[in-house]
Amino acid sequence: MIEFKNFGFKYNAQVDYTLRDINLKINPGEKVLIAGPSGCGKSTLIHCLNGLIPFALEGEREGTLKVDGKDTWDMSIFELSKKVGTVLQDQDSQFIGLTVAEDLAFALENDAVEEPELHDRVAEISEVVNINTHLLHSPQELSGGQKQRVSLGGVLIEDVDVLLFDEPLANLDPETGKKAIELIDEIHKKTGDTVIIVEHRLEDVLWRPVDRIILMEKGRITADTTPDELLSTEVLKRAGVREPLYVTALKYAGVEITPEMKASSLDTIILTDEQKQKVRDWFKAGPLAEKKSDEEEILTVRDLNFTYRSDRSDAEDHQALIDVDFDLYKGEMMAIVGRNGAGKSTFSKVVCGFEMPDTGTMIMDGMDLSTLSIKERADHIGYIMQNPNQMISKTMIFDEVAMGLRNRGGITEEKITERVNHTLQICGLWPFRNWPISALSYGQKKRVTIAAIMSMEPEIMILDEPTAGQDYRHYTEIMEFLKELNERGTTVVLITHDMHLMLEYAERSVVFSDGRIIACDTAANILTNDDIIKRASLKETSLYGLAKLCGIDEGQEFVSRFIRYERGNERHAEPL
Amino acid sequence: MQNLFNYISRKSPIHELTGATKLVCLLLWTFAVMITYDTRILIALPVIAFILFGISKIKLSDVKFMIGFTLVFMVLNNILVFLFSPEHGVGLYGTCHQLLPLWGGKYLTAEQLWYHLNLVLKYLSSIPVILLFVCTTQPSEFAASLNKIGVKYSVAYSVSLALRYIPDIQKEYNDISKAQQARGIEMSRKVSLVKRLKSASTILIPLIIMSMDKIETISNAMELRGFGKNKKRTWYMARPFTKRDILSMVFCALLLALSIWSNVSRGTRFWSPWM
Repeated sequence: MIEFKNFGFKYNAQVDYTLRDINLKINPGEKVLIAGPSGCGKSTLIHCLNGLIPFALEGEREGTLKVDGKDTWDMSIFELSKKVGTVLQDQDSQFIGLTVAEDLAFALENDAVEEPELHDRVAEISEVVNINTHLLHSPQELSGGQKQRVSLGGVLIEDVDVLLFDEPLANLDPETGKKAIELIDEIHKKTGDTVIIVEHRLEDVLWRPVDRIILMEKGRITADTTPDELLSTEVLKRAGVREPLYVTALKYAGVEITPEMKASSLDTIILTDEQKQKVRDWFKAGPLAEKKSDEEEILTVRDLNFTYRSDRSDAEDHQALIDVDFDLYKGEMMAIVGRNGAGKSTFSKVVCGFEMPDTGTMIMDGMDLSTLSIKERADHIGYIMQNPNQMISKTMIFDEVAMGLRNRGGITEEKITERVNHTLQICGLWPFRNWPISALSYGQKKRVTIAAIMSMEPEIMILDEPTAGQDYRHYTEIMEFLKELNERGTTVVLITHDMHLMLEYAERSVVFSDGRIIACDTAANILTNDDIIKRASLKETSLYGLAKLCGIDEGQEFVSRFIRYERGNERHAEPL
Repeated sequence: MQNLFNYISRKSPIHELTGATKLVCLLLWTFAVMITYDTRILIALPVIAFILFGISKIKLSDVKFMIGFTLVFMVLNNILVFLFSPEHGVGLYGTCHQLLPLWGGKYLTAEQLWYHLNLVLKYLSSIPVILLFVCTTQPSEFAASLNKIGVKYSVAYSVSLALRYIPDIQKEYNDISKAQQARGIEMSRKVSLVKRLKSASTILIPLIIMSMDKIETISNAMELRGFGKNKKRTWYMARPFTKRDILSMVFCALLLALSIWSNVSRGTRFWSPWM
């Protein structure tokens, strides 16, 4: 049993308490979801539970936190880790061993468990998490889902009582995310362990039932109740956590959600005929989609092939792009989707000139891209990497944004200052222009990297996972900002795993699967097409399910109606 | 992309030896090479080394980058020795057979050439064995073996972790460098070395920050799973010694003994046809 009593915590480096007045009891065998926006204190809460606080991260506390009746401040991190196992967010960096087997064995090795028990236990656990056929594989050879199985196995091997999942869905494609939630549920049932999931993607976690949702805001617990109960209130919206799309759609249609409706899942939801009629009426009341006409291509790619060549004599070459034909229209906002390794990032790297294609043509505004160097292409196509830390190399914001222009040469410093200032204003960074970059938040750094590319005035911007790991508020903020840029005339390409993003912001989506483009259509059409969903590891949107439930046959149309309604209802996020 | 350190998984008797055996053999072998200039031994060692290389099924093309790198180093080493001390060999061997006049009254001597031959032989004796060790030892087994020969396990583990992350960092470096080039950072040979070094710093800063983030995550992950709890730990990849392991170590120990005996019995580390 876990018990927080009037618990508070303040990091040594900070002035204010990050956690305040936490009173929370989690009983053995419970399955609990902790949700809340970034900075609400949920990571701190996790660190208190697994012992990183106070052992690795020091600070002051008030109140008590007891695990199985024992104060965690009196325990060592090792003692605690016997009871509480943590599966961290980043599957790549938590993969410690060089092979699956070693990673599974890691905790036992540290306990100095001898042969042959070591090998037996690894074999046993690898079957539980179904990775036994990959024991000698290295992390580079595993998919995101497989890596997560390994992390889970590495924790389960210690016979812990509590399993802690820190944002298990981050970095996973929708299908793999769904499988991860199923796996967690399966393990919960099998072991009877207490399961605590921290995640802001509520709808995805609710794919399998949870007993309770604990909502955190600004370091405090603001709701602690069943999912059905929580969804019937407006607290999620206020906290900046996205409720399931079908719940939002129901609310738009004027259906009042009550706990008795069991709205936590489309499988359990009870809708009266009257409520279904309301949804149908709402659907019909909407305007028809306007078709865009006269599209002019800005980038045309034909027969593009690319192979990663191995430098080893016996390793196989990997063809990452196969016969790719691609059209991008001037001024559009497009999403590129597909599972990890399907060719999305490779494609953008080839377009930007980071990699040289085997064959194929790439024409942009009548220019043959293959004759241009990386630098020359960058004048027309900007590429923004996923993590802003990968791009930032200056200490001051102004210098970072000016870097591309200064390197271009032939522009006076006056001109540069003018252009950089203009860019900073557009990007909402003007108030921070004299700040060191290290003082900025993650979202603000992201803006800096976008500004740094924007100042070079490319016609096309390609962004790799612009919203990965962002909560709903930051997501909305970044996306609304990109939309604004798009409306100013920049063509925007978004590489993403996020189905919401694709639905809400992309006019068209291109789907990659095993190096080929298998579809190019509106998100509404793609996310209601079973065949494409399966091949690209996407996930059917719950709106489609709701439409079916309400007897609406035009599923795609229903989805588009929802998006248009949302866009009409724009929620402009306030800048940070 | 070239991999500097890379375990290459193949089936061979060398691969089957335990990591500890290979480490001990490597140490014995390099000592044997280091302490002697007995040309007869230095001719035998590369021959054995190349035979071992053949047995290991590692192909030269697998390690061409490392070989190229060390060969350049070897040539450089020889040139420098020659330039700074062209009559070094005369002093070592105590005889003088002049072949050609050089600068400043110095001569090219047979002894000097003999000395360079010995230097080259030393490289040829050790490079294949080092490569063999790197290519046939799994990094985690390497850590286990370091620990076995008495290195603290936390040190041993950080070595293997470093090896584990080299490919990741290489990939990251590549991505960052391309993205910076897109913003006008010139990394090609078109610009001067000084400018290129300056440019490198714009890649290093993001690379270091990313690596620090990684290190923090990994060290937390390790602590959460009990790393550092006990004085001792076991290793999944550790294997018990077999007869072959013992034989290999004995063989390398004999080589070292031979090398020592050659020095001690003759009272000198050097050997030449003129002595």
